[in-house]
Amino acid sequence: MKSLILTTGARLLIALFLVFSLYVLLRGHNAPGGGFIGGLIAACGFAIHAFASGVAEARRALRVDPRVIGVLGLVCALAAGLMAWPLGFDPFAGVWGEVAGYKVSSVLLFDIGVYLAVVGGILTLIFALEETL
Amino acid sequence: MNSDMTEPSSGRLWGYLAALTAFALAVVFALWIPQVQGGSPVHLTWNWAPSLGVSLGFLVDGLSLIFALLISGIGALIFLYATGYMGDHPQFGRFVLFLLLFMLSMLGLVLARDLITLFVFWELTSVTSYLLIGFGHENAQARRNALQAMLVTAAGGLALLAGFILMATASGSYDLARILAGEGLQDHALYAPILILVLLGAFTKSAQFPFHFWLPNAMAAPTPVSAYLHSATMVKGGVYLLARLHPVLGDTPAWVATLTAAGLVTAVMASVLALRQTDLKTALAYTTLMALGTITLFLAGGSPYALTAAIAFLVVHSLYKAALFMVVGAIDHGTGTRDVARLGGLARAMPWTAAAAALAGASMAGLPPMIGWIGKELLYAGSATLAPSALVTAGVLIANALMFAVAGVVALRPFWGTPGDPPHAPHEAPWQMLAGPVILGALGLVFGLGAGLLQPMIDATVTGSLGQTRAAGLHLWAGVNLPLALSAATFALGTALYLTRDRLRGMIGGLLERLPGFDPGWDRLLDWFRDFCAWQARLIQTGRLREYLAASFVVLALVLGATLILKRPVIVLDLSAPLLVWLIAGFTIAGAFLTLNPHSRISNIAGIGTVGIGVALIFIFFGAPDVATTQLMVETLSAVLFGIAMLRLPGIVERRTGSQRLRHAALAGAVGLCMTLTVLAITSQPLDRHITTYFEENSYSLAHGLNIVNVILVDFRAFDTFGELTVVLLASLGAYAVLKRRGARMRK
Repeated sequence: MKSLILTTGARLLIALFLVFSLYVLLRGHNAPGGGFIGGLIAACGFAIHAFASGVAEARRALRVDPRVIGVLGLVCALAAGLMAWPLGFDPFAGVWGEVAGYKVSSVLLFDIGVYLAVVGGILTLIFALEETL
Repeated sequence: MNSDMTEPSSGRLWGYLAALTAFALAVVFALWIPQVQGGSPVHLTWNWAPSLGVSLGFLVDGLSLIFALLISGIGALIFLYATGYMGDHPQFGRFVLFLLLFMLSMLGLVLARDLITLFVFWELTSVTSYLLIGFGHENAQARRNALQAMLVTAAGGLALLAGFILMATASGSYDLARILAGEGLQDHALYAPILILVLLGAFTKSAQFPFHFWLPNAMAAPTPVSAYLHSATMVKGGVYLLARLHPVLGDTPAWVATLTAAGLVTAVMASVLALRQTDLKTALAYTTLMALGTITLFLAGGSPYALTAAIAFLVVHSLYKAALFMVVGAIDHGTGTRDVARLGGLARAMPWTAAAAALAGASMAGLPPMIGWIGKELLYAGSATLAPSALVTAGVLIANALMFAVAGVVALRPFWGTPGDPPHAPHEAPWQMLAGPVILGALGLVFGLGAGLLQPMIDATVTGSLGQTRAAGLHLWAGVNLPLALSAATFALGTALYLTRDRLRGMIGGLLERLPGFDPGWDRLLDWFRDFCAWQARLIQTGRLREYLAASFVVLALVLGATLILKRPVIVLDLSAPLLVWLIAGFTIAGAFLTLNPHSRISNIAGIGTVGIGVALIFIFFGAPDVATTQLMVETLSAVLFGIAMLRLPGIVERRTGSQRLRHAALAGAVGLCMTLTVLAITSQPLDRHITTYFEENSYSLAHGLNIVNVILVDFRAFDTFGELTVVLLASLGAYAVLKRRGARMRK
């Protein structure tokens, strides 16, 4: 079932979805947003791509197996959580520092981990469902 | 896998690296010796879960340092040995990894300063030993024995966890250093359950009667594993725990009676069974049981003699037993058999192995001037202080005499006398396999001649860790006394047993046939449990989604309904709301009715989506844009997932009878009613804002964030979020596996 309108629209939409998902991810600490919502938005983007152009095309666009993305997210979150330990804080406490005037933290890495785990988990499921059912 | 097969040398490299790692650890531990002997233990602590009072803490005192030195030192030799023994095995790299993980778990266990830390490492040793026993996983027997060892020790571990939690409740802390510095738990109301649970853990791990049956079966493991786990280290974990908790749990009638009985029965029974074996490795396995029983027996006591004997014998046993296991492996490697009947006169072809076997065997037999002699003298000196001393002394005498005989079978018989008929001509083992037994055998001699060398370490353990005022002295010659007379009796009896061993073997075998075995009983237990699980699965798991849902909803309605009836909460019905909210509510309710359409799945999915979006709109209206956005995205994605899955199903055909439909409607109505009343009851209460206030006040000052929802997710409750992420990912990976399998089946 290929629809020209959907395929063309999806091309524009997916870019918008991805940019917006990153925006939501990064602003999440102080304004509505965060890794979970961002991950859902990005997953929606690729889901639309999969419907418009097929799962094989969506997998190519993603470049990496969604399972790997999900596990990578988990590793990021774990690394962010354990990073505090050797620095003398309790595990999973946020660690903050400043680089060139910008505040950076392990919390952002954790949120990126959430983002990747959500994207990976949901796309694993959607792609597998589309391919086998 | 294939690349491993073509270049086996890469596996060897890992073996050498692991040996170096273990050696480096041993050096680090050795550097701590002066400080610990000076009476100041080393403490290392990191916060783990401070809100639960759990820390990742380590304590290096006399007791833990002795264990750590044995584990890392013997570990280094074992890695070297394994590299020679099975370095060209295609999966040697994996083997080294398992063994290294095991070594680190074991070190964590003996060094832990926190009860939870100790428990975690305790279970890790069970898991890694499962992987090692079952290393030859193509063999069904190896898999079964690995599972048996894991089930027995892990079940004991769970009992131990319960015991530890009770201990922390009784003493007010998970910190072992603080518990040990306290007054002891012997008079606490929880003492009895704590003792039972802790002993269950220790006895299963150290294979004390009646949990002894798994240890000989664990000999399914490759020989380096047997030499390491089942002689020198893992099985000593239980003994370590008993020694560690001796000051806070020991010296009560229950402690003394249980440890004496279990230790004595295990020691005597195991040494009788050891003499019966013709397979060298199995014979050694039983003598390990004897040693563990003996150490447990002496930990029952509260006198310096008994405790010094326990600790000294522990060191003695680790040295000679690891050496002898490695010797047996070398014999197997060099001749192709471990059957004592086919071996003899190997000393000419395997001189180094023979020398190491002679040294270790002499220590095992308790001959002077080996450390084993000193250990045996201490056992006799200590057994006089145990009650009932006549019985204990007689038991120790029998066990030692049998050890003497088995030492002859293992270390003497294969190497001297007439040559046997092994499967292939004997050849000496490579140097990697000789280093371990030769060094350990020689150490037995060094520590025997220089008996004072071990004394400071034993002193630090018995006085520093076990709370005694002094330790007994280690002397090669303690004068003419009772232990000397008992030693002479041991040698005489042992020689007699060695010479008549063939006839004894037949007698013991005949006796055993009339006794019920533990292993068949174990298999029956597992079979019964499997049948029970199958029966309850057939009963509960009907495989029909509708019935699972009905069961869940019945429970929900019952729980909510019972609470409402019992509590009779005040319900205030406040219907004043802006028109917009009424409109959203109407829209949501209309969506709910759409899901009732029995003819079209797509309209059902659309109905569910409408309800979800209605709820999201309400969230927006009440100022929760985060939750609303999430809700919208989740609704969108679930509509997609439902769409993919359900639209592929065949069309809906109504098969329910009228009364079934009526029952479902009643259930749905009941759930809806109870839920509505509950929500109304909750909103009728004044909102408790203290948690909200806490986050409002602290989200920026503590976590540098203004978005409270996000700050809670990624900072305040980051650990929970991490758990949820794991669940999300595992769920989708599980679904992936199921779907792909189904897909593969359908393609066939």
